[in-house]
Amino acid sequence: MLADLVLMLKWFGQPWEASLIDSSISTITLVLLSLLIMNTLRFYTPRRERYVNILAWCLFLMGIWLAFSHWLLILAAGHFEGYRQFLKSSMPVRGSIGLLILGCIALISVVWFNSEEQKQTDQRKTDAEKLSKEAELFKLRQQLQPHFLFNSLNSINALISIKPDEARKMVQQLSDFLRGTMRKEENLFIRFSDELEYLKLYLEIEKVRFGYRLKPQMDIAEEALSWKIPALLVQPLMENAIKFGLYGTTGEVTILLRARVIDKHLVVAVMNPFDADMQMPEGTGFGLNSVKRRLYLLFARNDLVEINKEKNSFVVVIRIPAVEEAIEASRAATA
Amino acid sequence: MKIIIVDDEPLARSIIREYLQKYPELEIVQECSDGFEGVKAIQQHQPDLIFLDIQMPKINGFEMLELLDERPAVIFTTAFDEYAIRAFEAHAIDYLLKPFNQERFDKAIQKWRDQAGGAQKNTNELLETASQSPSQSQRVVVKTGSKIKIIPAQDIFFLEAADDYVKVHTQEGSFLKNKTMNHFEKTLDPQQFVRSHRSYIVNVQQITRIDPYEKDNHIAILKSGGRVPVSRNGYAKLRAVLGL
Repeated sequence: MLADLVLMLKWFGQPWEASLIDSSISTITLVLLSLLIMNTLRFYTPRRERYVNILAWCLFLMGIWLAFSHWLLILAAGHFEGYRQFLKSSMPVRGSIGLLILGCIALISVVWFNSEEQKQTDQRKTDAEKLSKEAELFKLRQQLQPHFLFNSLNSINALISIKPDEARKMVQQLSDFLRGTMRKEENLFIRFSDELEYLKLYLEIEKVRFGYRLKPQMDIAEEALSWKIPALLVQPLMENAIKFGLYGTTGEVTILLRARVIDKHLVVAVMNPFDADMQMPEGTGFGLNSVKRRLYLLFARNDLVEINKEKNSFVVVIRIPAVEEAIEASRAATA
Repeated sequence: MKIIIVDDEPLARSIIREYLQKYPELEIVQECSDGFEGVKAIQQHQPDLIFLDIQMPKINGFEMLELLDERPAVIFTTAFDEYAIRAFEAHAIDYLLKPFNQERFDKAIQKWRDQAGGAQKNTNELLETASQSPSQSQRVVVKTGSKIKIIPAQDIFFLEAADDYVKVHTQEGSFLKNKTMNHFEKTLDPQQFVRSHRSYIVNVQQITRIDPYEKDNHIAILKSGGRVPVSRNGYAKLRAVLGL
């Protein structure tokens, strides 16, 4: 490009030296400006309706470039005979070429960075779906199989001879719960009230197992019920709280589930008693980590899960943003 | 014959009670809903046989057994626990996987009657195998007087051999545990606990400096001010773990 420019200027009757200086200065300043544009657009991608801003910006930069290179060229090559005249008459041509190049660079950058961002969003979406599948599997494996399922069956076995009606009821509840877990999650988002029904079923079964020890409490605001949340998000928290509470302390265990809508977020807190002497039981990390990760993948935010460990209580607070856009995105993905 | 049932789920205790009705000579002297109650009841009643659940509040069934000086015969009951089952298969009189029926229960009772006498030895080996589970290697359960204390591994300053026991030194004093040094060397995290001497295992996170001591030996000075002997062999191990 530099060489072409030198030849061209020579052809316009300028001495070799002047051509070389002019080409170098024009090209280098233009390249620097292009880099500036690329770097800016990498971090700031304008919305579609703001594209006109980019054009204005290119015009502005072109003006600056013309003024600056003009000043520099006079300084460097102004002493050549006829060069000043040539520079003056070539200004409009230089301007249009500069604008064209800067415009092209801006356009390419916008397209390139947009497609990169799109790729990242897509990646996040697939990761989110994958993780929700993993969560489903994890639930099957961890919560149903070992302790929960066999102990529930053991409770039913005991009830059969002493309270047959309750045994029958528990078989029903266990079946409903199992069905809920195995149901395919075609809809990534469900109403909070639906998740709540599922939670209640789970709590009912656990209450039969643990009797008076387990005291679940729910404090749910009316507006929270219709909020759309990712399926199977709150359940692992509840499971954690119960496991932690029942096996980490002795005596009665109050598990509190509280939900409010605050600042356009559904804020859900799950609290369980906690004994500061105890080590975290095995495997408590996974439930929380997967919730954290899922929220990150869905909303690209890291600040949605908060853990407060106090002297006698352990509270996990999650905040779920309004999800109109997320729902549409997930519908588009499943369609 | 005296029986004690230790299980945190009321219905799980109830089914054992039901199956035991067939055996009028076996009397349930107490039912316990956690290991703390279990230790107390067993010391008080000296039962001939206990039914013991593994996963229970605060301390598990194995840890409860470790706290007993004299261990009764045990039939374990559990829903699912990989480590426990491995231990049972090798050393338990018998174990019942929940849910179980009367027939299976009867078989366990029969086995216990056949094996009466050899139970003590079995239990020791069983506890050794069971303590290799990851959840148990992160803490040590000790008894001090009538109180039971759970010491998280990271709170241990160092361990010291004391005849048939191991002395566990912590911020709150030292506690005796009826285990061997080899047991702790094997179960505690080797990146944190190093056998610095035949009679000492030290928590490397507690060490502030290591000084030469007498001829070939060294001594580790802890944050707490404690001093732990380091043999030549132990010095090499310590430096390897500390990466110094």
